[in-house]
Amino acid sequence: MRVVSNVTCPVCGSLCDDIELIVENNHVTKVRNACAVGEAKFLAFADPKHRRVKPLIRKNGELVEASLDEAIRRTAKILAEASYPLLYGWSCTSTEAIRVGLELAEEVGGVADNTSTVCHGPSILSIQNVGFSSCTLGQIRHRADLVIYWGCNPWSAHPRHLERYTTFTEGRFQKSIWIRYLTKLRALIGKKKAQRAAELASPRKEVISKPERTFGLPPTLTAKQRKMIVVDVRKTRSAEIADYFLQVKPNMDYELLQALRMLVFDRELDLDEVAGIPIELLEEVTDVMVGCRFGILFFGLGLTMSSAKVRNIDAGISLVRDLNKKTKFTIMPMRGHFNVTGANVAFTWQTGYPYAVDFSQGFPQYNPGETSAVDILARGDSDAALIVASDPVAHFPKRAVKNLVENPLIVIDPQVTPTSLMADIVIPSAFVGIEAEGTAYRMDRVPLPLKKVVEPPATCLPDEVILQRILKEVRKLKGGKAA
Amino acid sequence: MTKLKVTLLTGRTINQGTGKEHGKLSKKYMESVAICQIDPEDLKKLGIREGKNVRVTTAFGSVVLKAVKSLRAPHPHVIFVPYGPWANALIGSETSGVGMPTFKGIPAEVETSQERIVALPELLKQQFGRSEKTCV
Repeated sequence: MRVVSNVTCPVCGSLCDDIELIVENNHVTKVRNACAVGEAKFLAFADPKHRRVKPLIRKNGELVEASLDEAIRRTAKILAEASYPLLYGWSCTSTEAIRVGLELAEEVGGVADNTSTVCHGPSILSIQNVGFSSCTLGQIRHRADLVIYWGCNPWSAHPRHLERYTTFTEGRFQKSIWIRYLTKLRALIGKKKAQRAAELASPRKEVISKPERTFGLPPTLTAKQRKMIVVDVRKTRSAEIADYFLQVKPNMDYELLQALRMLVFDRELDLDEVAGIPIELLEEVTDVMVGCRFGILFFGLGLTMSSAKVRNIDAGISLVRDLNKKTKFTIMPMRGHFNVTGANVAFTWQTGYPYAVDFSQGFPQYNPGETSAVDILARGDSDAALIVASDPVAHFPKRAVKNLVENPLIVIDPQVTPTSLMADIVIPSAFVGIEAEGTAYRMDRVPLPLKKVVEPPATCLPDEVILQRILKEVRKLKGGKAA
Repeated sequence: MTKLKVTLLTGRTINQGTGKEHGKLSKKYMESVAICQIDPEDLKKLGIREGKNVRVTTAFGSVVLKAVKSLRAPHPHVIFVPYGPWANALIGSETSGVGMPTFKGIPAEVETSQERIVALPELLKQQFGRSEKTCV
């Protein structure tokens, strides 16, 4: 038995790097400090029911076992012969593997796109339009006294975000609000119990009326303590933790953000409510925002995936810019996969663009909406695809997936996924961050090392090595340029 | 049969997160994502209890899911389906020129259904005809 400490968790963009693993006979048997998702990954990754170990090639409609050399040779042949291959995924692998993948995309004249295309792609476009003021998570941990989560639910998607970086963390200058939350929770449970008791005791149920919902902010929001506001279309568990929850009508975030911008500058709004929220309440919330010493606006896919998409983020960044005229405010996207930020960073070093990079003309071109994966697939332009560490069959719209499965589909992934079930060639790889080393970027663009904790099965190579071998083979096929 | 006009949201849940780590073909994953969270008042309007099946239909597709009572109501006329192959059957591929399909805030209809929820391999076959794939 050995204990491996300071392991970086390869699940979400929070990239918690304080995980402790107990390893026995090359198996992770116990996980400490991780969230439910992290623990599930460390304990279940090697489960033979959903782990691929042998390369597979589709023959007569059936996936059959093959040698790694054959799978790599066929992959190289498909990619070298295709006129417009799509190389997609990249967010769940190491930055080192992404670098090789981009070299491969350039060599075969294809399109390289990463999962930010269906995640924070609009955020990137907007940051390129407007620019943004951001910071590292350490700054927020120690200094932020107002934390706003807009269109995201960290309790579900980034379970330890609150505990490590925001309101439930003991910062140097800001204290955790954990005790306050527990007190609130106890009071709520007490109230519910009392209500139930009163209901049972009273013969006439109609006399007991629920207390009227009162508007106005809770006193904690005006205190000089750390506070948290959640803005979302439905009440989530994160919203319950927050000091205040604003429920915005679906697809109306843009209106709400613009209304807040006007209120920051003390403009009169001749309306009773915006996006379902009364103006008086918005005025009070604006006072809290202007009155904080250091605020942070975290935004999630609630803004990028609803109708105004990129314009929502434009408005969010503009709101933060306006707030900076009165106080200190920053903004940060809540990135999903553990290395989606790294994919953007590596794409930008290598090609100048963060995602949706088209090499078909021999030089990198970038035009999301045209060179992005979903659009290429929906138009039916690509004639082959290489998917690395991603599952587009489970997460792309139906029409886009149709084109993906009609053409040769190669998957490099350690797990059995809907995409690997539909594939023509499957090359199993080692789990990055558990069975292979690498580098990943946290959501605030801080690079962190990923550890190799256990040995992978002999037939599973790291993504980086597999991609290097494919690249070598492609160069051989293209003639004379073998590395 | 009552048909309710609703707004469809898709997104992450903690169960979807742990479910996917147990394998996408696992029962746990299917139970965590082939569901539809509905406001309790809307469930009453549909005349069903939690645990019954509902058919959700958008302009892009239709799928049968298990109705689950939303724990954090009220959100009238808003339904929530976790990310996954079932939710994707309801999403359109139009990206408004930015590469991003609309995964949240989609007009949809929900009605009760006697049909069963199809498992993942069958769903893939239904949608993309996996068996028809030719060899390389």
